[in-house]
Amino acid sequence: MLSDLVKQEIRSRVDRDHPEAVAVEALHIVRNHYGWISDEMLREVAGLLDVDPAELDGAATFYNHLYRKPVGRHVILVCDSVSCWIMGYESLVAHLTRRLGIGMGETTADGRFTLLPIQCLGSCHTAPALMIDADLHEELDEQKLDAILAQYP
Amino acid sequence: MERPLTRNFRPDGPFDVKEYEKAGGYEALRKVLTGMSPKQVCDEVRASNLRGRGGAGFPTGAKWAFMPPANGEDRPRYLIVDADEMEPGTFKDRLLMEGDPHQLIEGIVIGGFAVQADVAYIFLRWEYKLAEKRLRKAIAEAYDSHYLGRNILGTDFNLELYLHVSAGRYICGEGSALVNSMEGKRAIPVARPPQQTESGLWGRPTLMNNVETMCNVPHIVKNGAAWFQGLSVCEDGGTKIYGVSGKVKRPGAWELPMGTPLREILEQHAGGMRDGVKFRGVLPGGASTEFFGEEHLDVSMCFDSLAQVGSRLGTGSLIVLDDRTCPVGMLHNLETFFARESCGWCTPCREGLPWIANILKDIEEGRGQPGDLEILEAHTRMLWIGRTYCALAPGAMEPLKSALRYFRDDFERHIRDKRCPWR
Ligand SMILES: Cc1cc2nc3c(=O)[nH]c(=O)nc-3n(C[C@H](O)[C@H](O)[C@H](O)COP(=O)(O)O)c2cc1C
Ligand code: SF4
Ligand code: FES
Repeated sequence: MLSDLVKQEIRSRVDRDHPEAVAVEALHIVRNHYGWISDEMLREVAGLLDVDPAELDGAATFYNHLYRKPVGRHVILVCDSVSCWIMGYESLVAHLTRRLGIGMGETTADGRFTLLPIQCLGSCHTAPALMIDADLHEELDEQKLDAILAQYP
Repeated sequence: MERPLTRNFRPDGPFDVKEYEKAGGYEALRKVLTGMSPKQVCDEVRASNLRGRGGAGFPTGAKWAFMPPANGEDRPRYLIVDADEMEPGTFKDRLLMEGDPHQLIEGIVIGGFAVQADVAYIFLRWEYKLAEKRLRKAIAEAYDSHYLGRNILGTDFNLELYLHVSAGRYICGEGSALVNSMEGKRAIPVARPPQQTESGLWGRPTLMNNVETMCNVPHIVKNGAAWFQGLSVCEDGGTKIYGVSGKVKRPGAWELPMGTPLREILEQHAGGMRDGVKFRGVLPGGASTEFFGEEHLDVSMCFDSLAQVGSRLGTGSLIVLDDRTCPVGMLHNLETFFARESCGWCTPCREGLPWIANILKDIEEGRGQPGDLEILEAHTRMLWIGRTYCALAPGAMEPLKSALRYFRDDFERHIRDKRCPWR
């Protein structure tokens, strides 16, 4: 069940001329509040906006930052694009998956981290780079990464 | 040498509105609103030979002139700034938004006046958090100072500016996909015509330009088209923010005259290759451009010269390949990216790119077959311009086509020896 607060926030964003335009933003709001978008939440948003749930799911599954599965407390987005790849992406990911004991797309058993790939983060000159939640981390090596992970309990 | 786009950059953060004004900011806007007609602004931009910095290099003044004349009633008209920057290797728009957000806003208001827009959007990628924060602050300041909103600077020109944060996907940066995304749908490109200037957001006249393109506008208006032309060392006007990544000594970005030789950017500014590695090739304008080798290092980095030697300026972001990095592995990385980012709307792209990525993976991992290179070459023709709705697939073919030419021996060796010599 979406909370009244979330519903209110979604309603407040609706543009009266183009109510359908708020679809992606509404899903974004849900994702920000609950971390992900369950089937039930998706149906509720569809009802709220009076749009077809299947069509709304089409949008929900299209975008990188609308999660349709639960994620951990912190989401690690590892840039896997070309400049980071040249600058050591593979060994960085090997280290991460070893440390966390999970592969790309997975969440640690304690629910602390989810590991996801992302396209170029615009930090190609300070590669390799990744984001944890909303924070950008650059010029990474294994040691630096270990120290950074410790900041996300 | 003048560096109009980056001269306000400071290590401790961008200028606020007062500091920006003190440095001459919003003077161009004042000049426009107190003494120029929309047509005069369009003409000045056209005369400057400013070309779009989003990748395609379309002449900006010509695009503005495509907007149907405003008759005062047929409203609203839109201006959208494409700040979705996700082309691998590219980080210039991020630097511009973080470094001088008011410069972009001033460009938007002037551009908005020139095409008589009512509403403007900055379509920003989700990951650019610092840019988002700085833009939000700058937009609020600009409203407070009457550079945005109703009766801008006391005139009868009105413009609302909204920051739209995308939910993320490379294809959102493509103009027509971007509009679908803003309308709350999947970001799928649409076949043109009609052009967006006729029918864009909500079917209304819409002008779309890149961040760097818009940042040039205040300087052109303030100093004139001739001055802007004089900044460059080629036909196209202005400066360009060139970026370099890969194993060079000093990866980074520099604002230089448009047309600066590739060699000067790589050797003088990026400091040449790191110790122990040698140069093998470079993608001159982001992931969707054709490789250059040693023999092209003296080319002038502008739209026409790069096209003449078979590549594109693209975003002006150089990605350097060195001799310790496997070219087949690099291609596998690039095509895997494009395969994942395909929106799936047209068959050649949706089906062809994963096939290409799989063949490259096989070659890289020692399972290559005789005939694989011919299959890859056939794809470079089947996914070429005219066969797809948008430029993603042809863009993906540019590095592949040229790599099959430049690094042929490396591909063949992988297949013959059934392994990657770099691993
Ligand atoms: C797949 C794809 C992604 C694109 N991404 C961007 C982008 O992130 N930013 C951008 O300015 N242009 C991008 N473009 C180019 C735009 O479609 C458009 O040409 C550009 O924004 C026009 O602005 P300009 O004339 O100022 O260059 C992309 C094009 C394609 C085909
Ligand atoms: S070329 Fe690819 S990304 Fe572009 S419309 Fe076709 S399927 Fe979508
Ligand atoms: S390629 Fe990783 S930040 Fe650009």
